[in-house]
Amino acid sequence: MDSKQKSRRELLKTGAALAGGITFGAVGKANAQGDLPPTPTSENASPMIHGSKELIEYGQRSKYVTSVRVQHPIGGRPSPDVFGKVFHVASPLQDSVGVITPSSLHYIATTRGSFMPDIDPKQHTLTIHGEVDRPLTLTMDDIKRFPSVTRLHFIECAGNRHTPKQKTVQDTHGMTSCSEWTGVLLSTLLKECGLKSSAKWFVAEGAEEVKGASSIPIAKGMDDCIIAYGQNGEPVRPQHGFPLRIMVPGFEGIYHTKYLRRIKVTKEFYMNYNEFGHLTRTDKVLALGESIGPKSVITYPSGTQRLPGPGFYEISGLAWSGGGAVKTVEVSTDGGKKWNRAEFKNTPQRMAHVRFAYQWKWDGTETVIMSRTTDDIGQRQALREEIAEWWKVPIERDYRVPGLDNSVMPWKIAKDGSVTNGLA
Amino acid sequence: MDSLKFVTASLLLGSLLGGTAFAQSPTYGVGRTPTAEELRRMDISISPTGEELPPGRGTVKEGAQVFVQKACIGCHGAGGVGGLAPNLVSKKSADNVWKQDRVLPLRAPYATIVWDFINRGMPLGLEGTLKPDEVYSLTAYLLFLNKVIPEDQVLDKQSLPKVKMPIGDEFGKPPREFKLNAPRLEGYPY
Repeated sequence: MDSKQKSRRELLKTGAALAGGITFGAVGKANAQGDLPPTPTSENASPMIHGSKELIEYGQRSKYVTSVRVQHPIGGRPSPDVFGKVFHVASPLQDSVGVITPSSLHYIATTRGSFMPDIDPKQHTLTIHGEVDRPLTLTMDDIKRFPSVTRLHFIECAGNRHTPKQKTVQDTHGMTSCSEWTGVLLSTLLKECGLKSSAKWFVAEGAEEVKGASSIPIAKGMDDCIIAYGQNGEPVRPQHGFPLRIMVPGFEGIYHTKYLRRIKVTKEFYMNYNEFGHLTRTDKVLALGESIGPKSVITYPSGTQRLPGPGFYEISGLAWSGGGAVKTVEVSTDGGKKWNRAEFKNTPQRMAHVRFAYQWKWDGTETVIMSRTTDDIGQRQALREEIAEWWKVPIERDYRVPGLDNSVMPWKIAKDGSVTNGLA
Repeated sequence: MDSLKFVTASLLLGSLLGGTAFAQSPTYGVGRTPTAEELRRMDISISPTGEELPPGRGTVKEGAQVFVQKACIGCHGAGGVGGLAPNLVSKKSADNVWKQDRVLPLRAPYATIVWDFINRGMPLGLEGTLKPDEVYSLTAYLLFLNKVIPEDQVLDKQSLPKVKMPIGDEFGKPPREFKLNAPRLEGYPY
């Protein structure tokens, strides 16, 4: 049916062109002047996107799709800065559908604002050494010879915090993204090197100018870390670590070293600049600063969007956890009095975003909507009030959730359908 | 049948004689062994004990000169403040390190991290070109400016790891205990 319609439309267009007397000569003249020929249109047809070598070789989104990343947090350190360095840039979750974040819209964070190295993959190597029987240096071609895995994983920055001042879900939650990652399991490479029994930690180091490095438990490395060269069906992009990065599923973003060039297996914990940056005052808070807790947020309707009027809406959002796979998501449309089970739009996977939805008929009255999730190891996402109560501290408007902020995010819907930050 | 017996016998013999070496022989045989010299040049990680620190030494006075000679001053400003690049001296009192600006790795419990960051990441565009003496002296200069060490202190492989940083003992001690598939904090339901 579709293809029939399409060919019929093309036929009509050709006919119209002939009837209009457009000749090849006229087309050539128009091009020489830099103007494209007028596109024959009927009442039902849109203007034509003229095929160009560039567009045929590499596609582009519609000019009507204008979703972009923004600096994070608003008013924070600018990206790019005067040196051309990039610090924190948030993904436009309010426009997201499904669970894959397009690589060009994936959030970006760098080690304390570093620049992106322009690495020639032919020159790039990964060296594994330290507490191993056989140190190993691998070229990119070598790495691609090992058995590979392809998995869906989110990455979230520890700075992904929602506060009363923020307006959109991009401001409140845009420092998380989800991609399909392809690479070699680190365990495959560590086994190839032969781990010594003294191996307890490893330092993963990048090749950018500050050589960002993080310490990771060897048990995590042997479990599910991926040495990734592929993202969403193409090579990992420079903003995300081209040609090679480590995925440390469920851990804070800073552990996912980009431009990976070296893995040093160690007997003890090495405190790198990255770990210094995440020091906390107490052991308890420290414990909340490695793996990401269960978290969800409604992306539609969300801050600054507007419901056109009472009626049917599919509330939609994302849920994830560093503890494993998402088990349940619940949505409340009455400020938390009643919680309703949401449906999943894809099968929840370990340490990956899942798209959830809840079908809702808005009656046009003012209300607050929010979501909460549980994961398959029994952790649950809580309201800020519950978290403050656990820590035995008074809840204030600017209460800062200890560790990564995985508290419930409320959106307020006014009578006129406008959506605003429910924390404000 | 005979060949199967042979394989079984070989495996038994292998595990008896070879022990772990047999079990851990490479499966894929891809890649090459880096030379000791390559590893030495590449290994810029510094443990808290400073075991990888190279020989060399530096003083506060030398550091002040290197800061100008190596053009650190161009981006970070005179005395490490007021430039386009981040301030290197905390403007707030050193009484409470948690209330200080996040300058240098000043809040770090180990002075080796200050050395490490200068060594691996500075100066912009010429990273890795500073000599060990220059890194020791810059570290001394910046720690002095932040009132961490006295003006006459010499920093080297032995003294650097022993510098008492202002954080003292009041911080969550990494590493946290890591268990696979376990909640982040025992008894914490969220």
